[in-house]
Amino acid sequence: MNSSLLTLIVFAPLLGSVLVLLPWGKWLNWETAREERLIKNGTTLFSLLPLIMSIMLWFGYNKAAGGFQFQVDVPWVPVLNINYHVGVDGLSVPLVFLTTFLTSLGLWYSARTIKTRVREFCFLFLLLEMGMLGVFVSLDLILFYVFWEVGLVPMYFMIGIWGQPKDRPQYSAIKFFLYTLTGSVFMLLAILGIYFWTGTFDIIEAAQLQPFAGNFLLSSLAFWAFFIAFAIKVPSWPFHTWLPDAHTAAPTAGSVILAGVMLKLGAYGILRICLPIFPGTFKAYALVVVALGVISIIYGALVSLAQWDLKRLIAYSSVSHMGYVLLGVGAAAFAVGTKSLVDASTMALNGAALQMFNHGISTGALFFLVGVIYERAHVRDLKMFGGLSNKLPYYYGLFMVAAFTSLGLPGLAGFWGELFVFRGAFNIVQIWAAIGIIGVILTAAYILWKIVQFTFLGQYDPNRISHWTNIDTGAEEHEPRDVSFFEKVTLWPLVAFMVLFGIYPTPILSFFNTAFFSLMSGFAGK
Amino acid sequence: MKPTDFAYLLPELILLLAAVLVFLLDLVGPKDKPKEWLPYVALAGLGAAALGMIPGLRSSTPHMVATMLVSDPFALFFMLLAIIGVAIVILTAIPFMRSRTPFRGEFYALLLIVGLAITLAVSAANLIMIYLSMEFLSITSYILAGFLRQDRKSGEAAMKYFLYGATASAAMLYGMSLLYGATGTTDLAGIAAAFETKAQGELIWLGVPAVILLMVGFGFKASLVPFHQWAPDTYEGAPTPVTAFLSTASKAAGFAILMRVFLVAMGSMAAQWSALLIAISLVTMTIGNLTALRQTNIKRMLAYSSIAQAGYILIGAALAEGGNGASGSSATTVFTGMNGVMIYLFAYVFTNIGAFAVVTAFEQATGRTEIRDYAGLIRRSPWLAGLLFVFLISLAGIPPTGGFLGKFFIFGTAVQSQLWVVLAIAAVNSVIAAAYYLNVVRYMFFFPAEEGAGPIAVAWPLRTALLVTGTLTLLLGLDPTPLIAWATRSAQLLAWK
Repeated sequence: MNSSLLTLIVFAPLLGSVLVLLPWGKWLNWETAREERLIKNGTTLFSLLPLIMSIMLWFGYNKAAGGFQFQVDVPWVPVLNINYHVGVDGLSVPLVFLTTFLTSLGLWYSARTIKTRVREFCFLFLLLEMGMLGVFVSLDLILFYVFWEVGLVPMYFMIGIWGQPKDRPQYSAIKFFLYTLTGSVFMLLAILGIYFWTGTFDIIEAAQLQPFAGNFLLSSLAFWAFFIAFAIKVPSWPFHTWLPDAHTAAPTAGSVILAGVMLKLGAYGILRICLPIFPGTFKAYALVVVALGVISIIYGALVSLAQWDLKRLIAYSSVSHMGYVLLGVGAAAFAVGTKSLVDASTMALNGAALQMFNHGISTGALFFLVGVIYERAHVRDLKMFGGLSNKLPYYYGLFMVAAFTSLGLPGLAGFWGELFVFRGAFNIVQIWAAIGIIGVILTAAYILWKIVQFTFLGQYDPNRISHWTNIDTGAEEHEPRDVSFFEKVTLWPLVAFMVLFGIYPTPILSFFNTAFFSLMSGFAGK
Repeated sequence: MKPTDFAYLLPELILLLAAVLVFLLDLVGPKDKPKEWLPYVALAGLGAAALGMIPGLRSSTPHMVATMLVSDPFALFFMLLAIIGVAIVILTAIPFMRSRTPFRGEFYALLLIVGLAITLAVSAANLIMIYLSMEFLSITSYILAGFLRQDRKSGEAAMKYFLYGATASAAMLYGMSLLYGATGTTDLAGIAAAFETKAQGELIWLGVPAVILLMVGFGFKASLVPFHQWAPDTYEGAPTPVTAFLSTASKAAGFAILMRVFLVAMGSMAAQWSALLIAISLVTMTIGNLTALRQTNIKRMLAYSSIAQAGYILIGAALAEGGNGASGSSATTVFTGMNGVMIYLFAYVFTNIGAFAVVTAFEQATGRTEIRDYAGLIRRSPWLAGLLFVFLISLAGIPPTGGFLGKFFIFGTAVQSQLWVVLAIAAVNSVIAAAYYLNVVRYMFFFPAEEGAGPIAVAWPLRTALLVTGTLTLLLGLDPTPLIAWATRSAQLLAWK
C-alpha cells in the first residue's frame, strides 16, 4: 500500500476518465439529462478518491526523516534507462494535496455550472488532474516530460470548448498551447543533453552527477532551455502574454486549475530541476532570475491596476504573485554554496513554496468568486458593478477574505509567503528585494481601489445591470441574489485554509523546510 | 544462384504469385457480379508473404541472394513495414473503391505489385537492381494515382507524378552512370571498395556530382525539397488510400534505398553527403511546415506535413554514419541515426496511414476533403474525431504516442552529435507543425456541426484499419521497448563498414 500510493493517486483520475466515457445512459436506459447528472455527480464523488489518498500522503509522509518517500522505481524502457520513478518530498506533498483539493472543488462547482458537453468536460478534467499529479511526483525526466505534455492537451480543449465566445477562446487556446509547447520542446532537448552527459534520466541521480560540470556553455544552454520552459508556465515577464488570454477565456473551474495548479508546475520545475541539477549555473544567472521576478511583480501589478475586466485583473495579478516565487528562488540560487546564507536562502525558498501554495488557494478562490458574479450578471466589467456590498453581503465577506489574502494581510495565509520571500531575499539581494516591496503596495492598490471600491463600495445602481440570473433556477430577475448553497460549499474550504494557514502556517511550512534546508545546506557543504 | 537462395526470395515470390492470382481471379466468373472477396485474397497474400520472411529473419547473418539482392535485417525491417503498410491501405481501400470504380480487382493486384516493388527495392544491392526496382515502384504508383479514370483530379495527379518521376529518374540514372564510370562496377560493395582503394580525394570530383544526382531520385521518392512539387497535387488528386500509401510505405522505401546506397557505397564520402542531407532536411522541414500552415484542404495539408516529416527523418539519415557521441555510455549504441530513421518511419507509417484512414472514411461518407468540413466531427462521430486527434498529436510529436518516440530518437541523435543549430531549427519547426495539426483539431472540437449533419458511417474493414493504426500509435508511445530492440537488431546492412 505504502509504495503504490503515489501510483494510485496519479492513475485513479485516469480510471475515472475512462469510466466517464462509458455509455451509462444506454446501459441503465436513462434519458440524457439523468445520465449527465450521474456523470457530473459521479465524477465529483470519484475525485474524492485521489483527494483522500493525498490526505493519507500528507499524514503518511515522515517529515523527520525527510527526503524522497513513497518511492517506486521500476524500469519503463530499460534499453534507454528510462524508469517509472515516482516519489515525493516535502515540496511535492502539499502540491499534490493542492491539486486534488482544487480538482474536487472545481468539479463540484462545474457540476452545477457547466451546461454543455458535460461528459467531455468531466473526462478532460480528470485527465488534467492526472497530468498535473504526474508532474508533481515524477522523478524521471522523461516521465516528467510525458506528464507535462499530457496536462497541456486537456487545458487546451477546456479553454477552446467552454470559453465564452466573446473572449476569443480558440485564439487563447492555441496561444496557450503553442507557448507551452515551445518551452517544452527545448526542455526535451535539454533532457536529452543531460542523458548523453550522465547516462541517466533520473532527476535524483542527475542532481548528484551534475551534468555539464566544467562546460559552462553547455550547462548554460541546458539551464536556459529548462528555465524558459518553466518561466513560460510560471509565467514570468516577458513570457506571460498567453496568461491573461487563457485565464479570461477559460471556464471558471478551468481558470481555477490553471492559476491554482498549472502555474505551480512551472515554479515546481524550477525548484525540482533547475536548482538541484544546475546549482552552479543557476547561481551565475541568479540575478537575471531575480530581476525577472521583480519585473514580473511590478509589471504584473501595474497592468492589473489598469484592467477593467475583473477576471483579466486577477489573471494579471497572478503574474505579479508568481514573481515573488521567482524572486525567492533566484535569491536562494544566488546564495548557493555560501555557508552563512543557508538560513536566509532556505527562508527565501520556504517563502517561495508557501507563496505557491497560498496563491493556489487564494487565486483559486478569487476565480471562483469571479465565476459567482459572472454567472449572475454575465458581465465582468468593473464599471458596471458598484454597491454590491449591500446587495450581496455574504459574497462581500467571502471576497474580502480572498482579496486580503491575495494582498498579504497579516493573519491570512498570503502574508507568510511574502514575508519569508522578502525576509530571505533581503539578506541576499538587498536592492532587488527593496524594489520588489513596491509590488506589495501596488497589490494593495489594485485590490482596494479597483476590486473593492468599484465592485462593492459606492451606491448600487439598478439601471446598470438590469437582468440578474438566479443561479438556482436559471430565471432572470431584477435583483441579485446572494451566494447560494453550492457556492458556499465551494468557497468555505478555501476560506478555511486561508484563515488556518494565516494563523498557523507551521503544518505546511514544516514540509517545505525539510526539503529546502537539506538542499541548501547540501550545496553549502560541498 | 544456389537453390537454397529461393528460401530468402519467398516474400517476393509469394507477392508475385498473389498478384497474378488476384489478376486471374478477377477475370474468371460472371462479369457483372462484383467479387467483393478479392481484397481478402490480396490480404491473405500479404500475410503469406510476411510468413515467407521467416527464413530471412531466422538466419543470423546477412545473405547475398542471386548477386543483386541481399537478405539482411535492414531489408527485412523495411519489407515487413511495407507489407503491413500495404495491408492496412487495402483495408482502408475496400469501402472507398467499392463506390468509385468497377475495376477493383486490378487495384488490389497493383497494390500487391507495389508491395513487391518495395521489397525488391529495399533489398537491392546493385545500382541496376536499384534503378529497376525504383522504376517498377514508380510506374505502378503512377497507375495507382490515376486509377480513377473518370476523375480529372486523379488524372492530373498521375500526370504530374509521372512527369516529375521520369525527370527525377533520368537524373538519378545519370548519377549512377557516373559512379559506374568512376569505379567500373554497379555493385554497391564494389563501389565502396573502389572508393576506398583510390587515394582520398581522387574520386571526389566524380563522387560529389553523383551523390547530388542520386539525391534527385531518392528525394523524389521521399518527397524532399526541392523535389517535392509533385506531392501536394498528387496527394490531393489520387484516390485517398493511394495517397496514404504514397506518403508512407513508398516514402519509407525511398529512405531505405537512400541509406543503403549512401552508407554502403558512399561510406567514404560520409562527410559530404551528410552535410548535403542536413541542408536538405532543414529546407524540407521548414518549407513543408510553412506551406502546410496555409492549406485549407486536409489532403494537401497532410501532403505538406509529410514533406516536413521527411525533413526530420533526414536528420537521422544524415547522422547514420556514426556520431561523435559526447560520452561512451551505452546510450551511443541505441541513439543512432539508423535507429532514429527506422523508429521514426515505423511510427510515422502507422500514424499517417491512420490519419488518411480517417480522411478516407470522412470522404467516403461526405465526399468532402476541406478542413472546415470537419467542423463538429466530435458531435457527429466521436470515435473518428478522437482517433484523428491521436494521429495528429502523434504527427506533432506529443507524448504518449509513436510520433513522440520518433522525434525523441531523431532529436536525441542530433543532441548527441551536438548539432545545436539544426536542433533549434527542428524544434521551432515542430512548434509550427503543432499549429496546423491543431487547426484541424480546432475545427473538429470547437466548431458546431452543420445543420443536419449526421454521424459518419464507417465500414468494417476501415474500422479494422483504424483500430490497428490507433492502437499501434498509442502503444508505440507507451511501450516502445520492442520496437527499439527490433530496430537496433535491424541496423545491419550487408557490406556496411
